Amino acid sequence: MTDHIEEFRSRILERKPLRLKGGGSKDFYGGPLAGEVLDTRGYSGVVAYEPTELVITARAGTPLAEIESALAARRQVLACEPPHFGAATLGGAVAAGLSGPRRAVSGSLRDYVLGVKLMDGEGRELNFGGQVMKNVAGFDVSRLVAGSLGTLGLILEVSLKVMPQPVAEATLRFEMPQDKALDALNCWGGQPVPLAASCWQDAVLTLRLAGARAAVTAACERLGGERVAEVEAAGFWAGLREQTMAFFAGDAPLWRLSVPSVAPPLSLPGPQLIEWGGAQRWLRGVGDAAHLRETAARVGGHATLFRGGDKTGGVFAPLSPALMEVHRRLKQSFDPYGVFNPGRLYSEF
Amino acid sequence: MSQPEQSAVTAPDAAIADRDALLAELARVLPAAALLSAAEDLKPYECDGLTAYRALPWAVALPQNDEQVVAVLKVCHARKVPVVARGAGTGLSGGATPVVQGVVLSLARFMRILEIDPLARLARVQPGVRNQAISEAVAPFGLYYAPDPSSQIACTIGGNVAENSGGVHCLKYGLTLHNVLKVRVALMNGEVIEIGSHALDDPGYDLLALMIGSEGMLGVVLEATVKLTPKPRTAQVVMASFDSVIEAGNAVAAIIAAGIIPAGLEMMDKLATAAVEDFVHAGYDLEAAAILLAESDGTAEEVAEEIATMSTLLEKNGARQLRISQSEAERLKYWAGRKAAFPAVGRITPDYLCMDGTIPRKHLSHVLTRIAELSAEFHLRCANVFHAGDGNLHPLIMFDARNPGETERAIAFGAKILELSVDVGGTITGEHGVGVEKVKQMCVQFSREELEAFHAVKAAFDPLTLLNPGKAVPYPRHCSEYRLTGSAR
Repeated sequence: MTDHIEEFRSRILERKPLRLKGGGSKDFYGGPLAGEVLDTRGYSGVVAYEPTELVITARAGTPLAEIESALAARRQVLACEPPHFGAATLGGAVAAGLSGPRRAVSGSLRDYVLGVKLMDGEGRELNFGGQVMKNVAGFDVSRLVAGSLGTLGLILEVSLKVMPQPVAEATLRFEMPQDKALDALNCWGGQPVPLAASCWQDAVLTLRLAGARAAVTAACERLGGERVAEVEAAGFWAGLREQTMAFFAGDAPLWRLSVPSVAPPLSLPGPQLIEWGGAQRWLRGVGDAAHLRETAARVGGHATLFRGGDKTGGVFAPLSPALMEVHRRLKQSFDPYGVFNPGRLYSEF
Repeated sequence: MSQPEQSAVTAPDAAIADRDALLAELARVLPAAALLSAAEDLKPYECDGLTAYRALPWAVALPQNDEQVVAVLKVCHARKVPVVARGAGTGLSGGATPVVQGVVLSLARFMRILEIDPLARLARVQPGVRNQAISEAVAPFGLYYAPDPSSQIACTIGGNVAENSGGVHCLKYGLTLHNVLKVRVALMNGEVIEIGSHALDDPGYDLLALMIGSEGMLGVVLEATVKLTPKPRTAQVVMASFDSVIEAGNAVAAIIAAGIIPAGLEMMDKLATAAVEDFVHAGYDLEAAAILLAESDGTAEEVAEEIATMSTLLEKNGARQLRISQSEAERLKYWAGRKAAFPAVGRITPDYLCMDGTIPRKHLSHVLTRIAELSAEFHLRCANVFHAGDGNLHPLIMFDARNPGETERAIAFGAKILELSVDVGGTITGEHGVGVEKVKQMCVQFSREELEAFHAVKAAFDPLTLLNPGKAVPYPRHCSEYRLTGSAR
């Protein structure tokens, strides 16, 4: 494994743009790909897994599937359900920082990052955070790295908090127009209901409950709706997490609108699918980017061109000048020669 | 009292600042009642909850609105005068210890809850709002603010953001980091930025993660939006006692391995138990080597299921006594001791230092054995309270500051415990922050390059190093001094 580290370091010290790549499953995400590929997949393997401490540490190139199967053997999970979108690696999942259907309840991938080992633009190995649940020594750089799209350095190793598998699960289905569904989701969110995920599309709200058996049973009785069979439900939530369900098929641009869960139905051209209790709204179609961004901003959110479409106007919502300045300085301090994934997050760096 | 870290909290270039000119300028931007400069008025601000470290600032500003905060920062920025933001001053690591020749910026007057949105489950509050005041204000909606540091009656949300405060329920409900959605922050140059959003994420880098736990070194919080959590219907606690710490540790591991995340999972050693029993009379087992409190919350059915499973596991792992709270009053009584552990220890010793390392739980027995050895070596008693679920250990080192040399001995004992925490793969601080107290031990936990990275992060927000300078991140000279005497890497 030290060979890999030395190879990474010598590539970085060439000071030429590098495109950090694991399984390539999220090549579609973010700004245009630039630079020579640096493949992390050789640097793989679980370093430590302590089920009773709820912590797993693995190298960046480890397939996400391998991590999840190691956890499953001890009836544990990555609670935020990061999507794979193919042969995802741990490093790529953390760099992308994406979370799955359970996010609104579980917290995001970033919430579960406990520590990161990073190689910076000078080829130095830096450890931030650690392998323990509570740690406030130093600025929380390990969580800053989550979702930074590899622009701050090469992730070498990550420690994540893991959670027990829910004992019981149930999926319910309701016929419901969008405004009623949003109301219901926000109301239930404020009550002790064991919500785990939600999906509204075409006037159908699908709800996943998870937790202690007694709690799930009680909630099913209280909420009503139509119970979905276990196998069908598993397929449904996997299809949502991996975006293999029909809504996500085809070439039409896919926009992601991240908005407050209480935002009213957004009147936009194209079909919508709503997750995260109302806080994540997917939109298909060639909407006008400026209009979409404005619509999201008006309700206190932001819009991302998630997949496909014309990326020339930028993929992520633009930052205010003051925030951009902070971003630029952070980038400069970790990657002074602009080696890592240039332009992948913002064209400015 | 000596000031062991005085050099770390001195103004970067004292010659630049001129006290009288500064006061005159501050007087132009603040009402007279919002600016303190007489020695007797400054005295209450000379330290925070870590009373071993004291310093008198040049002035204390008590602004009442955002404009005044921004104006104070701009004046200080222009004159290169250090600023230390302060909430309730309950911090335990000296994060709010003043900088001499600096200004303390108190946010105490920012006490308004600006908005409660029960449907969206969030509250927008000013930084001086007390942690518990949020939960009280939202209780009618069946909601509460989850992080519950022991100081929650007094500590403010601005301080919680600065320290990433935890509490006894954070294994299940998370730290401040997991419960704050957005902050509006004034940077040292007076620029105001918004970080985070009422949506679940924000474009760009996760600056919220940096800001929370930044010990007031990156920006001054003007407003925070916190997440509210539905109040569990009911809660019940099991109190178990053990003949050995190892058994108690095994019982904790067994509970987690069984797939249970208890709402609270706390341990006290014999000395701590004796101190609190004497204080609150909760009926703890005084013969036991360790007491464990395991709480379950949720619906009545959920709680019954979890309490039954936990009881079985506790018994299987050697619990000598097991008691399940039969009423809310009894539950609170069992908790009262744990929650009052610090003041209870305060009653049996003139002074104490509270350590805050986090360790992988599997090393608990080794660490406690080593602490007992150190206790004998330093001739100082030490009681241990432990957030057993997440590995956060609070050894309370007892001493008497009136005895010559005893304070220094207590500090040296504490330093050894922190180094021990790092040695077993843990951290020097789980929830209290580094502040001035543990700044030297940062040299043990982090390499020179990592510390440089932290300085660079600070510079990205505060290029002139004026906001709470000298805290949390040591300079190379501190580390070389420490290496001469200690075991830093």
